[in-house]
Amino acid sequence: MLLHRYHQQNRRRAVLVAVMAAMAVLGIVLDLMTGPSGLPLSETLRALTGAEVERATQVIVWQVRLPVAALALLVGAALALSGAEMQTVLENPLAEPFTLGVSASAALGAATAIVLGLTLPMLPAQWSISANAFLFALGALALLQLLGRLRGGGPEVLILFGIALNFSAAAFLSVLQFVASADALQQLVFWTMGSLSAASWQGVAALALVLAACMPFSLRAAWQLTALRMGEDQARSFGVDVDALRRWTLLRVSLLAATAVSLVGVIGFVGLAGPHIARMLVGEDHRFFLPASILTGALVMSLASTLSKMVVPGVLLPVGLVTSLIGLPVFFWLILRGRARR
Amino acid sequence: MSGLRIENVSLRYGARPILRGLTLPDLRPGEVTVLAGPNAAGKSTLLRAIAQLAPYRGRIALDGEDLARMPIRRRARLIGVMPQALPAGSSLVVLESVIAALRAGDGFAAGADAQAMAVLERLGIADLAMEPLDQLSGGQRQMVSLAQAIVRDPRVLLLDEPTSALDLARQVRLLGALRALAAEGRIVVAVLHDLAMAAQWADRIVLLHRGELHSSGQPATVLTPDLLARVYGVRARVERCSQGRITVLIDGEV
Repeated sequence: MLLHRYHQQNRRRAVLVAVMAAMAVLGIVLDLMTGPSGLPLSETLRALTGAEVERATQVIVWQVRLPVAALALLVGAALALSGAEMQTVLENPLAEPFTLGVSASAALGAATAIVLGLTLPMLPAQWSISANAFLFALGALALLQLLGRLRGGGPEVLILFGIALNFSAAAFLSVLQFVASADALQQLVFWTMGSLSAASWQGVAALALVLAACMPFSLRAAWQLTALRMGEDQARSFGVDVDALRRWTLLRVSLLAATAVSLVGVIGFVGLAGPHIARMLVGEDHRFFLPASILTGALVMSLASTLSKMVVPGVLLPVGLVTSLIGLPVFFWLILRGRARR
Repeated sequence: MSGLRIENVSLRYGARPILRGLTLPDLRPGEVTVLAGPNAAGKSTLLRAIAQLAPYRGRIALDGEDLARMPIRRRARLIGVMPQALPAGSSLVVLESVIAALRAGDGFAAGADAQAMAVLERLGIADLAMEPLDQLSGGQRQMVSLAQAIVRDPRVLLLDEPTSALDLARQVRLLGALRALAAEGRIVVAVLHDLAMAAQWADRIVLLHRGELHSSGQPATVLTPDLLARVYGVRARVERCSQGRITVLIDGEV
């Protein structure tokens, strides 16, 4: 009887995940419809399916809006998946790329390109900022793991190092901002607010590839990650090689977060809010929790992208601003709820 | 060579030695062994060492096979561990958590759901199956962690203070379950503080003192007033009951 209820619960969760997938698709369509020249749903769908439409509509949908909408979706998915896995392997509900200094490090990397003009040789100019941001973000996570390994002592130490890293990157960023020219400063500040406006099909393809490469491994580790919710020792006694699980998960998370952030700049709190909303909806069985996090993140970013075009008509707000404004209340709610429980 | 052998095991936290070259008589299948001793004697640490959760020097072997060299998944099928407490923060439901205990190590396991449910029924906590862990009482969580420990049907069962959060009825039920699990041919090792309870349920008591073996044997030979005074610093009376069992009454400090 109870076993039946358990299976019923799992079916309900599977349905929920399917509904979220449908909503994410709706989100991207909504994102495509909004903009300076509004497109009716019928026209948008016709353009998407390749039916006969005006040349202008064709260009707006395929070349202007779809790269932005697709990148928003993928960035949300990538950040939420990294947040979800980080929260589990670091056993901390506040862990995500943004709070652990990945975004700040990426911003510092972007600044080295924008302000100091340091670029990698043999790279097209339009990729130099993203490349530096990617290397710094990846470097930050590598440093974090190295420090954690040297110091020992588990996830708490990693979290503390992450916070220290966040402040260090912010401090160096301020130094670069201080010496920057007016033009460079403006460009840098805009970058740190997170923006989808530079979206390109190459960027979309890069992030899609990384996501497609990481996701199967995440889902394969679902039971091990679920077991880790009972604590490190318990998971070990269940037969989980916790050290290896942590190492591989953090590697995946690093790639995902670094790629996403390097393409769009600093996007706060999607990595935090996505997993928490998913957890409330489908619980902590990672077979459902991970896909639900991915889809929630994707949907939240789609909505944020849509909102960023609607709040001030004719003006495209940096999407990072929008996500922070949505995410901050969630962050505070989590802290306050944690307090109330104790 | 059947049984659990602990040879010359040393373990230190930083510079502080916790276990000092500990060697125990072989622990045999079918027996309930209670690790006893005052605070900081090294009881829980020894349990963690056997479970390979803490690095040690020396050798711990099951049926002649060194546990430290065994692949972790194989070890997980042979050894079940019940910790002092489960972390409180998880909203997994009880049944999910027991299924995870089964599937995390072995990947796909057909019939895992039914097997997990059967263990909950065996321990008399089937009614908790769909309750979230973070809404259980300490005692209920303790029963769940026992379910997680035995669901893989291990040969060795290690329990750290298994009765600490249980009421009297549940203590009796849990200790009865341990006896039944031992009778099926398992090696059961438990840390217990309550000596009266240890005297009643253990086949053998291993008394640790400052990281060394003080004495071991049947409860009646280990738990003597003289020895309790020396190791614990208490005045105690030991009464003989029926069936060769004894009971321990503590009068006060020496």
